[in-house]
Amino acid sequence: MTPEPHDVAVVGAGPAGLGAAAEAAGAGLDVVLIDAGQRPGGQYWRHAEGGRGQHWKAYEGLSRRLGQVRRIPGTQVWLITRDQEGFTLRLTGHDPVTARAVILCPGGYDRQLPIPGWDLPGVMAAGGVQALLKEHGTAPGRRAVVAGTGPFLLPVAVALARAGVAVAAVAEANPVTGWLRDPFGALAAPSKSVEAVRYAAAMTARRVLYRTRTVITEIVGDGRAEAVRLRRADGTQEEIAADLVALGWGFTPSLELPIMLGAETRLDEDGSLVAVVDGSQRSTADGVYIAGEATGVGGAALALAEGRLAALTLAGSGKTARLRRAVRRGRRFAAAMRRACPVPAEWTAWLTESTVVCRCEEVPYGELRRACHDLGADDARAVKMLARPGMGWCQGRMCGFATAAIAARLNGRVATADDLRAFAARVPAFPVALEDLAEN
Amino acid sequence: MSADLVVVGAGVVGAACAYFATSAGLRVTVVERGGIAAGTSSAGEGNLLVSDKEPGPELDLALLSLRAWREDLGDHGGLWEYEQKGGLVVASSPEGAAALRSLAAAQRACGVEVAEVADPVDYEPNLAPGLAAGAHYPQDAQVQPMLAAAHLLRLARERGAEIRLRTEVTGFLRDGDQVTGVRTAHADISAGAVLNAAGTWAGEVAALAEVTVPVLPRRGFVLVTQPMPVGTIRHKVYAAEYVGNVASGDAELQTSPVVEGTRSGTILIGATRERVGFDRTVSPEALRRLAGQAAALFPVLRSVRVMRSYLGFRPYCPDHLPVIGPDPRAPGLWHACGHEGAGVGLSAGTGLLLAQALTGAPAALDLAPFAPARFEAAA
Repeated sequence: MTPEPHDVAVVGAGPAGLGAAAEAAGAGLDVVLIDAGQRPGGQYWRHAEGGRGQHWKAYEGLSRRLGQVRRIPGTQVWLITRDQEGFTLRLTGHDPVTARAVILCPGGYDRQLPIPGWDLPGVMAAGGVQALLKEHGTAPGRRAVVAGTGPFLLPVAVALARAGVAVAAVAEANPVTGWLRDPFGALAAPSKSVEAVRYAAAMTARRVLYRTRTVITEIVGDGRAEAVRLRRADGTQEEIAADLVALGWGFTPSLELPIMLGAETRLDEDGSLVAVVDGSQRSTADGVYIAGEATGVGGAALALAEGRLAALTLAGSGKTARLRRAVRRGRRFAAAMRRACPVPAEWTAWLTESTVVCRCEEVPYGELRRACHDLGADDARAVKMLARPGMGWCQGRMCGFATAAIAARLNGRVATADDLRAFAARVPAFPVALEDLAEN
Repeated sequence: MSADLVVVGAGVVGAACAYFATSAGLRVTVVERGGIAAGTSSAGEGNLLVSDKEPGPELDLALLSLRAWREDLGDHGGLWEYEQKGGLVVASSPEGAAALRSLAAAQRACGVEVAEVADPVDYEPNLAPGLAAGAHYPQDAQVQPMLAAAHLLRLARERGAEIRLRTEVTGFLRDGDQVTGVRTAHADISAGAVLNAAGTWAGEVAALAEVTVPVLPRRGFVLVTQPMPVGTIRHKVYAAEYVGNVASGDAELQTSPVVEGTRSGTILIGATRERVGFDRTVSPEALRRLAGQAAALFPVLRSVRVMRSYLGFRPYCPDHLPVIGPDPRAPGLWHACGHEGAGVGLSAGTGLLLAQALTGAPAALDLAPFAPARFEAAA
């Protein structure tokens, strides 16, 4: 017998998902919370068993409110479909779950740029470095350079220093004052600015070299990372020795599930594809709410507020005015931050013919160029089909953003939402064994 | 702006027609509303098959086409990963084995090379044991269809063709009944002849010339696994029921296992057929059946991960034959469409035949069975 569908399935147990699940349960809804991690918290509250993370009281407060919530940890939703009673979610290693509504909080992952040398051992995505530090307290290197753009570089640098790694430099591609370029937006979330100031102070205390308007153009080394090449806005270059390079070019959302349900997507200020939602977190697909990074990268506090708002909207609560204002404010700040921290416009010029763009399929830049110039590929979809970037194990999670940008640049334009959609839609959302697919 | 021939559609059929037409000396312009091979050409497996065709005009075209891929286009085979891997058809029941034997005999009489196989495991070590019988078709081959379309267009361009992407045909230029070119959003292009190679959307293009070509979409899903060691699956392997499914006119979901490896190591798993219009919604039932049937045929695949799936819309006509040739209802308009699931394989032969007809050269095959107006006669 098929069990009664849940009132709502919340997918993802990061700040947005925890906020949604806690609030929905509080409103009396029958909630199932599905997450890839064994412990709730997502990337933000990732922690070692028995350990503690940042803003821990908030986490504990949310965790206490999950008493009535059915929790399914350690599983991935690989397929989500709409049926008569609502939605069916098919999970890896677990029976399917049905629900009348869904709140999707899939979060995001590191946005990566394939600069020369990025595939050398010792080079990692900043988010990956942070995850290692949170889970194990160690980093695979002794002397690090943190490079890219955005406020996330700061906590990574500070965490590395606290773990005993010498941080040789932090290279921020954009002018930091740019974070305040949109003063109304920035002021809308003052606590964020305060946080940034605190990290800056911590870096000063540890004498970390902080360069702004400085891009990392290459990582060099014989068989592993040995040094990075930095270029400042005035054109001067320098080489800094490092055996660990953390690259952070911001984050980009996971959109497999929203797209699978037909939710519309759009291009965000920072050039990433994000899900379209209204002021109450409703997507364009009926019964599908989306919260957190998937609606635009904005950090943990905004994600939490969005998750709560989605749940209260679904529950039909009349008390959402304050939360809606908070979300509006948070989004303004996040948008200002995204505008202030763009990926350097000229980054594709750093590529050489042999720079590997897709690491799964080992596709070098030269093959992307030939697909466009010789074979007439005029969008990311055609580049993918002809040169195979994004066709491998990660299905373009790592190289999708970069390939879309490269395909567009090779055709003399900037990437569109359609270019990015060529890499964002994935069925199944995660690789699934043939026998599991056969028994779905 | 003028050309001898305007080809509407930059899929593999349009590309092959452009290639053979330019090779025959015609000045060709290709117009495509999207990008190269953005429709069905990029949603299939790239099959060049004779094994799945019953005796008749389509088999004749397939044999001609295979020869064209091998001989006329043989020098370029490496560009599109041409591989004559051979097909292996297997039957699980005595009845299936008998049907397969009689099909093979009839195909052999038409010139198909086929060998009966007592134990299919001799050909495919990873096949499930205990299959009743099999047939091996050494002529069956495979190409990477996107690369085939893109390189055929590139070769046509080297021979003087002009390729205009993101250029939708909005109407036809007419002189009385005569079609004298196309209108596009950007410009009018006059032409001695216009070829409708718009695949599953060919009916819409034909309607712009006020003629009916009954091409409809028949949806199919394909599963793609993680890369496997070379030799895991050596042939294109499929169940004997597949031939019946291809020929069926049912609207409901039909599945039969079709399994093969690719140059990149991934295993492709088809095939489903259903008539649901242009619906792009994922069908869990279709995925479930594909996975189950492939795992039954190749138990070694049970624990292999499926990395992605894709879907496409085969351009099918009610009699399962393509539409190839001049349209007497609109002189100057030609068609090369409705190849259903065999467009990649049949494209080379289609291009060859059209180039012959357009230049008045002797025809390698009678086009009458593919006549565009044949559906009106039946009605």
